Amino acid sequence: MLMGSLGMNTTLARTILVGFIREEVRKVGLSRAVLGLSGGIDSALVAFLAAEALGPENVRAIIMPYRTSNPESEAHARLAAEQLGIGHEVIEITPMVDAYFARYPDADNMRRGNKMARERMTILYDHSAARSALVLGTSNKTELLLGYGTLYGDMASALNPIGDIYKSQVWQLSEAVGVPRVIIDKKPSADLWAGQTDEQELGFTYREVDELLYHMIDLRYSRDELLAKGFGAEFIDKIQAKVQNSHFKRRLPVIAKVSNRTIDRDFRYSRDWGK
Amino acid sequence: MDFTVALAQIKPKLGCVADNLALAEAAVADAVKAGAGLVLFPELALTGYFLKDLVPDVAVRLDAPEIIRLQELSRHIAIVIGCVEVSSDYRFFNSALYFDGGELKHVHRKVYLPTYGMFDEQRYLARGERFRAFGSRFGRMGILICEDMWHLSAPYILAMDGATTLLCLSSSPGRGVSEDESLGSTAAWQKLTATTSMFFNCRVLYCNRVGYEDGVSFWGGSEVVSPAGSVTARGKLFEEDLVVARVEEGELRRERIFSPLMRDESLSVTLKELERIDRERGC
Repeated sequence: MLMGSLGMNTTLARTILVGFIREEVRKVGLSRAVLGLSGGIDSALVAFLAAEALGPENVRAIIMPYRTSNPESEAHARLAAEQLGIGHEVIEITPMVDAYFARYPDADNMRRGNKMARERMTILYDHSAARSALVLGTSNKTELLLGYGTLYGDMASALNPIGDIYKSQVWQLSEAVGVPRVIIDKKPSADLWAGQTDEQELGFTYREVDELLYHMIDLRYSRDELLAKGFGAEFIDKIQAKVQNSHFKRRLPVIAKVSNRTIDRDFRYSRDWGK
Repeated sequence: MDFTVALAQIKPKLGCVADNLALAEAAVADAVKAGAGLVLFPELALTGYFLKDLVPDVAVRLDAPEIIRLQELSRHIAIVIGCVEVSSDYRFFNSALYFDGGELKHVHRKVYLPTYGMFDEQRYLARGERFRAFGSRFGRMGILICEDMWHLSAPYILAMDGATTLLCLSSSPGRGVSEDESLGSTAAWQKLTATTSMFFNCRVLYCNRVGYEDGVSFWGGSEVVSPAGSVTARGKLFEEDLVVARVEEGELRRERIFSPLMRDESLSVTLKELERIDRERGC
């Protein structure tokens, strides 16, 4: 149950996010976007927002299953794309990923999962170039803060409309924009292997961690205040460590300073420079 | 006197002074067509907001061709617009310029440069050092730029200096989506403009921009607030708009009779106590 703090005026959020996609795409002189549709709620939500912002004819969805992906995922991705009337195609990543891991048969799930995420990224960026379409990111704020994503993989994008929206808010907004019920109701999963669910792998529920992150990050509660609020000490410390240890994923690569004007340190411009 | 004001809720392009001047010219023409005597633009309307290292590149001297052009345009209508002003000693100010009758009549340099959270103004800009009311053909006015308005002393000084109209130029980023009906920043500003006008029995003309810069939205909602704190006209949220409203002298006269707060305000008590505080802090 939400304690209220993560409740969201979805009309307002929708206005801001749809406007964001429309303006930030057009600003760079383009009219189209491309995104990976996994069959999960995050990418479905972004597809709905993008179709509203740019028109369904200007949004392209790529569905990229691996041989161990749950077939239900592809079905849900198709369902979302067909409901929106956006162009979509299925590109299976099994041949590329398996060709690589033939050299490293002992590679663990993390390496395989990362490779799959990066394989998908290269496909999206190829379609970006082929279609003059910006790649839309689908990482939500919870994943970004916990580092639950692959750097230069699913975390890579030109524009991310939902990166400041917690998973609990993704659910609310998805209902408001009409994401199919079956996609909203299923358990979140990275779908790297059969039966995997995010919450099982993380060891807590999204609702629990979203409440904690909201108080820790957005409201800047101190540790004592979080304890007084009823969050467990172990949970607080574990999440604090996750946020801190994954911070490198949220930054550009570190550049060694030599000159008087180093990119991003004392050479500072907005990305929308001249736009 | 009664007059018509136009609030030009535009969407500036970041770092593109020529494009933004063209936007301003178009809005000035629309305002003239709508019968306005005064047109107000947002903070940094000529440049966009998150300028960072672009500040020196987009700055204008007060004799720059863009300024001359705005002077010319002000032959038909009074114009208030935000820009980056560079002084002869190369300080860069977040300034608001008031043009009328073909002349630059008043300059306000933003005093309170927010440098916290998402804001970084003091890193790039120099701080203004004064709040001064000035005479205009619409009565005595004072200019505030965005954060200036959040410091109660700023409108206080202008009101004590005789201003009955407060012009506020803003680039307020949209943030704080909750279950509430309004965005956090919208609700906060609406409280502020209404309260300020009630505290000082001044009308408030508030112009905020729209558009996005690096994912940050600007929410618009420009408004004309009467000296009694009620909103006479309000612009669209998140969309470009030209808000045109009639401002009546009678409203000001009546409010000053009903609620003579400014007549009764004691400058000497305030000064005495502020001086005492200053003395005690120095100890």
